[in-house]
Amino acid sequence: MRPALRPYLLIVPALLLTGGILYPFGLGLYYTLFDFSASKPQPDMVRLENYRAVFTQEAFWNSAWVTVLYAVGAALAETVLGVSVALLLHRSTVVGRVLEKILILPLMIAPVIAAIIWKLMLQPSVGVVNHLLKPFGLGGVQWTDTPTGALLSSIAVDVWVYTPFVAILALAGLRSLPASPFEAAAVDGAGWWYTFRRLTLPMLWPYVLVAVIFRFMDSLKVFDIIYALTEGGPGDSTVVLQIRAYLEAIRFQRYSFGISYTIVLWAVVYLAAMVLVKHLGKIQRKAAEVTT
Amino acid sequence: MDTHVHDRRRFLALAAGAAAAPLLTACGAGFGGNDSKSDGSAADDITGSFDWKREKGTTVKALLNKHPYTDALIADLKSFTARTGIEVEYDVFPEDNYFDKLTVDLSSGRASYDVFMLGAYMVWQYGPPGWLEDLGPWMRNSAATGDEWDRADFFPNLLQADQWSLKAGAPLGRGGQYALPWGWETNVVAYNTEVFGKLGLKPAESFDELTELAGTIKRKAPGAGFDGMYGIAVRGSRSWATIHPGFMTMYARNGLKDFTVDGGKLTPAMNSPEAVAFTEDWARMVKRGGPPSWTSYTWYQCSSDLGAKKAGMLFDADTAAYFQAVKGASPASGKIAFHPGPKGPDGSLATNMWIWSLGMNAKSKKKSASWLFLQWATGKEHLRKSAITHNHIDPVRKSVAEDAAYKDKMRHLPGFLETFETVVDQTRIQFTPQAQFFDATTSWAAALQEIYGGKGAQSVLNGLADDLAAKVG
Repeated sequence: MRPALRPYLLIVPALLLTGGILYPFGLGLYYTLFDFSASKPQPDMVRLENYRAVFTQEAFWNSAWVTVLYAVGAALAETVLGVSVALLLHRSTVVGRVLEKILILPLMIAPVIAAIIWKLMLQPSVGVVNHLLKPFGLGGVQWTDTPTGALLSSIAVDVWVYTPFVAILALAGLRSLPASPFEAAAVDGAGWWYTFRRLTLPMLWPYVLVAVIFRFMDSLKVFDIIYALTEGGPGDSTVVLQIRAYLEAIRFQRYSFGISYTIVLWAVVYLAAMVLVKHLGKIQRKAAEVTT
Repeated sequence: MDTHVHDRRRFLALAAGAAAAPLLTACGAGFGGNDSKSDGSAADDITGSFDWKREKGTTVKALLNKHPYTDALIADLKSFTARTGIEVEYDVFPEDNYFDKLTVDLSSGRASYDVFMLGAYMVWQYGPPGWLEDLGPWMRNSAATGDEWDRADFFPNLLQADQWSLKAGAPLGRGGQYALPWGWETNVVAYNTEVFGKLGLKPAESFDELTELAGTIKRKAPGAGFDGMYGIAVRGSRSWATIHPGFMTMYARNGLKDFTVDGGKLTPAMNSPEAVAFTEDWARMVKRGGPPSWTSYTWYQCSSDLGAKKAGMLFDADTAAYFQAVKGASPASGKIAFHPGPKGPDGSLATNMWIWSLGMNAKSKKKSASWLFLQWATGKEHLRKSAITHNHIDPVRKSVAEDAAYKDKMRHLPGFLETFETVVDQTRIQFTPQAQFFDATTSWAAALQEIYGGKGAQSVLNGLADDLAAKVG
């Protein structure tokens, strides 16, 4: 092999991977410029009409609102709980080490399976949750029958599945923090709260924010948990953008229109990621200042 | 440090893009279409005398839904291969994702499957893009179809249900035959005889009585030894499948329509004053006597609750109750009886139905062999065997429905045969055929949930009608 060729050959896998991502993306984007559907298999170019239709649809704004509520709610709850669990597990005890192993179990269950399990557990008459709440006079809760209940139940399942992910990232972060600032604080007689607020948290933030970025982006794209738990109901109360896109493109066979939804969702995810990543840079610099 | 941050930024930004890309791929079906549509039918190429062995050595690929009908078919496939020399390869998918699989496959235009199961409603979705073979020319060609197949033996309303001119609003029973009825379900009331006996109840003859009855069971049954029992199981999930069984049956018995058709233009009619009043009554019945967590109820929960003695009645497919009623199938087996359900104000027993049908891919390269398979699978011999030795009911053929051995098998279920015979002639598809059927009925189910949740029926149904008018009209 000629040495001059070697660099080009080395980037072939990366090029193939990039092409594999960009080709369907570009194709999807191209299709949104047509009115392609099952009833119109030979479509006409409609330019940006699908996007105009998406943005003027009341259903889109409802779905966008539900998606944001879900993503913010899930990411926030998972962050608070995940970091709290990581702090509790940070002290290496026998119980902590056992719990660490157990903690990862929900992550090993497919989210759709978790949602189905929770659907059974939340069933008002035979579900175990109401059975456990019965002694407290709360045995008749209709968990997914009201719009608020359905959204909160969906978020709760997401939290159950993904809190361990945040906890593991935060725990890894905690264990990689340098010992010297904490030793210095101890010598100076700093209390637990002061140490946590001025040392632990600022240095841990970059790790937490990485977890937030992943969870927020993932929650914006949620489909499986909600579809398995509520199918988007009651009414349109849990129809997030992904479910709307699925219904339009697959169930109702309005392909171009459905893909337009996914393009809009992609743009939202991308913008959110850009903002959060920019923020991450600032936090990393602050964390570096604390350690120096 | 800066380089590190920059790398992570780029990584996360790329990850965001990559994460969204599969969504686009999933939706990115090709412009499949009906570009190769032609006026002629491959059936015209079949000449000479009929011969089961005509396609000996061919392999047909079938896409099947997990269902007792499918079990009966698979158990008998050897007979087909012995008769024709045709092998059948098949994939079986659960119903939850069966139609997504079929839709994506048909829309791709790849012809991965030659034959498949579909519901009559799917003809409205798959027919207009040219994905379904018109079976009419095959049925009419005596070289392709044996005499014993006997088209006149099908219940005429079932054969007509798979026949359509592909024009929105046009009645069924005209145009191409896009599928063949294979097994079907009529929608009636099944009830627990034990609780009815203990509480001294009789099946309802009117909708008001049904609401009252459901409420009575919910109030009194738990105190009479039926712990946790509620009145009536009906579907309530946010799915098109919520509308077509009990709800549409009772809607039709009240003389109501989903759309009115005037000069080919469809106008939503689910917000007419009568339809609004009925929908309010339906929601009231569910609240008074329906299941807890109704908005998540599919046929499966409804059927299971009847079998588990959690529901006193079930207003759904007769087969949904049948599979709980057969010996040893559930705690309620032996204690389930059938009744046609409430009559409409004018005595109507108009009933909606679901038909599992078999269709042929218009892009199939093995149409002759596929037709032989469809002919055999919908033929008298296989369907009789499937009905008697398996659970392939309700029969789509009159000869099977009237067969002494079949009647003997079903006779132990109180009221099953009588109910079937009472409603069979009035059972037909009560919806207006149109390609946006699944959008319309999914939105309708969402509207029902909102009304059940306390929103005003008139405003919710007006919103539904406005939305559908733009899509369907």
